[in-house]
Amino acid sequence: MKFLRFISAGLGAAAIAATAQAAGGSLHAHEPEGGWAFEGPVGELDMASVQRGYQVYREVCAACHSMRLLSYRNLGEPGGPFYDPEYPNANNNPLVKSFAAQDEILSTEPNDVGDYDFRPARTSDPFKSPYPNDAAARAANGGALPPDLSVITKARHGGASYIYSLISGYPSEDVFSTREIPAEETPAAESEAEAEGEGAEAVDGGEMESAEAAAPAGPTSETVLKVSEIDSSHYDFSKYKGELVQPVGQYYNPYMAGDVSAQWRGDPRKTPPGGFLAMPPQLSDGRVSYLDGTEATVEQMSIDIANFLQWAGEPKQSQRKSTGLAVMIYLLIFAVLLWFSFHRIWRNVKH
Amino acid sequence: MSGHASTYEPKTGFTKWLDSRLPVVRLAYDSFVDFPTPKNLNYWYTFGGILAVCLMTQILTGVVLAMHYTATVDGAFASVERIMRDVPYGWLIRYIHSNGASMFFLAVYIHMFRGLYYGSYKAPREVLWILGVVIFLLMMGTAFLGYVLPWGQMSYHGANVITGLIGAVPVVGDSIKAWLMGGPSIGNQTLQRFFSLHYLLPFMIAGVVILHIWALHVPGNNNPTGVEARKDKEGLKQDTVPFHPYYTVKDGFAIVVFLIIFAAFVFYMPNVLGHADNYIEADPLVTPAHIVPEWYLLPFYAILRAITFNIGPIDAKLLGVIAMFGAIAVLFFLPWLDTSKVKSMRYRPVARQFFFGFVVASLLLGWCGAANPDDPIIPMGSDKLVVSYTDANGNEATQTYEEYAAASTFRDQKMSEGVEASIAVEKAAAFRFVHLAQLLTLYYFAYFLVILPLLGLRENPKDEPASIHKAVLGHDRAAPAPAE
Repeated sequence: MKFLRFISAGLGAAAIAATAQAAGGSLHAHEPEGGWAFEGPVGELDMASVQRGYQVYREVCAACHSMRLLSYRNLGEPGGPFYDPEYPNANNNPLVKSFAAQDEILSTEPNDVGDYDFRPARTSDPFKSPYPNDAAARAANGGALPPDLSVITKARHGGASYIYSLISGYPSEDVFSTREIPAEETPAAESEAEAEGEGAEAVDGGEMESAEAAAPAGPTSETVLKVSEIDSSHYDFSKYKGELVQPVGQYYNPYMAGDVSAQWRGDPRKTPPGGFLAMPPQLSDGRVSYLDGTEATVEQMSIDIANFLQWAGEPKQSQRKSTGLAVMIYLLIFAVLLWFSFHRIWRNVKH
Repeated sequence: MSGHASTYEPKTGFTKWLDSRLPVVRLAYDSFVDFPTPKNLNYWYTFGGILAVCLMTQILTGVVLAMHYTATVDGAFASVERIMRDVPYGWLIRYIHSNGASMFFLAVYIHMFRGLYYGSYKAPREVLWILGVVIFLLMMGTAFLGYVLPWGQMSYHGANVITGLIGAVPVVGDSIKAWLMGGPSIGNQTLQRFFSLHYLLPFMIAGVVILHIWALHVPGNNNPTGVEARKDKEGLKQDTVPFHPYYTVKDGFAIVVFLIIFAAFVFYMPNVLGHADNYIEADPLVTPAHIVPEWYLLPFYAILRAITFNIGPIDAKLLGVIAMFGAIAVLFFLPWLDTSKVKSMRYRPVARQFFFGFVVASLLLGWCGAANPDDPIIPMGSDKLVVSYTDANGNEATQTYEEYAAASTFRDQKMSEGVEASIAVEKAAAFRFVHLAQLLTLYYFAYFLVILPLLGLRENPKDEPASIHKAVLGHDRAAPAPAE
């Protein structure tokens, strides 16, 4: 009994740690119906979904987002989506080789005359990045830097659920309306896009400049969304009576960490959750044609990309769990043996 | 040690030869085999052994990690991920190291509370206690330096906050800060020296741990009764058992149970004790919304932020730094602050209540450290809306409303009159985290500086048992078991 007490002390400390995770003013990410297959001590990734997720990544996300920490070979390594026991060395896996060969990358080694050529990627190369550097990425995206997705599931509260919720959580078209701005109204207040307290996806300095540069000319219309009309099975938006003015090149998402109070026309004590991000909604039904014939609904694609990124964030997670099981069994048997040894050794000593 | 003569007898020719030249086997035998240890130590006393395991684990995994780590601002983040992806079992080594830090602190806090409860800091163990506080300080330094190495957002901005604190010290603060950072700001040079120091400090800890064990073995262990083991031969035999096998097996069991909890974190929730932002590569231009340290530093962070007022010429920031360091410094003086002659709180019913209050205060301080100080805990009244506008005479005027509809109507009406008007929220009064943290900080210091000094002079402790032997027999006779 005494020792139960110190375990509870340990749990107490863990509880403190958990409160350290308190996030900002965005909606709590939620799981898809039925949860994630990879959850729990013995949960394994749904590899068919991870494979489809890779397709979504290549065809949709990779246009803007890099994954610098991943190499093509990772796809065919044990625990990877295209691992084939016939090819224990992923570099020989024909599927992985073909994925690599489909991408043209700038060689990192100079050729005979010292120039750098484009060549088909090899399995050992990192995933092709859409932009040569961050400055180019910002320039192509209105000043906002699309975050690298390598560890995104570890870098956001909620992990895969966050990706799933964000990607599928944009408000539907019908809550938006476009309105002419009466000439005498000054749009200055609205153009100050909030930039506080966001991560790498945050509206940064560059974005602000572009918004301000547009201000003197003055936009003639504004996009407004009625938050109370957002239809969600996970959250009741009806209490947010008012309008959110969406800044140009910015998109509202209730799962995005941020602060929309500067854009909110309504009771400032009831500001809607979420924030703006520079990424417009990406998925619509049928956006990709799945090779395995699965119907590409927004829901399905969101689950698949979240599963893929979950794998990518920690390719060794299945190895971690299987090793963990063996370690736990070993430690439990060891503990039992020590418990009986302890009682035997102390049997004649009052203590 | 403990007035106990060495019973080691070298058996072989080699050990006899060695014993007359360097009696290292004798030292080990006397310290960890035959060492007389009170027979009534409970599981709270196993954390010393657990901590030794933690230190060794951190050093071993750390040495391997250092083989693969790149201490540059461009390479650090990627090298840590590379360890997790491409180094064989690198994920395991890195997760053991990062969770090991948390486990180390979990164990050290339990170890320290144990010492506080059973009066292990009192004569003749003052030096033992002080060395322990030195180890704790070195641990905090090491943990802070280590947290910077992955070069995530929390690494960078946390380091900014902590070095900023040093800058608050008058006169020499800025020089020390620049010296620590290796320049005017945190950069590559900072990362490299932090890496170097992070590798150095654990060995300093190991050195002080040796002194700590030495200082333990001179007076011998304290025990839950706080009554010293008798020194005479018969008494010593009745009160103590040899360390081996009695405590090797008991500590061994506790260590394995601790490792099960440790493994549960490493294998099943390796990132739950960390902050997600630290998987975002450090970017000096983007500041995270909430900068929080790792959980084990939260109570001290709460004390730092609780000081929001100036006292005389000393401003709040410096006062906060003084309070935070004072919270640890006060531990050095504890052996002389506690005036009670009775060691164990088992026999100090009043002090025991204050002690449990202290434990709760420490945990709640951790809660405050994690929260936003301005967030309300208990709201008093509801927020109101204030419409500010310029009245007919050109003066600033305000009007307060409960309902948004009324406030916005009034604003729109003013706007249509061509007057600037805007709505702002007037926060209702509330009991906020910062208030709770202030109360708790007050209690934290009062416990050491007021309660323990006064209580020792005024309280009526219960009778202590005559000896450990008597206590054990009484305990066995199913007398009302003293709760510990």
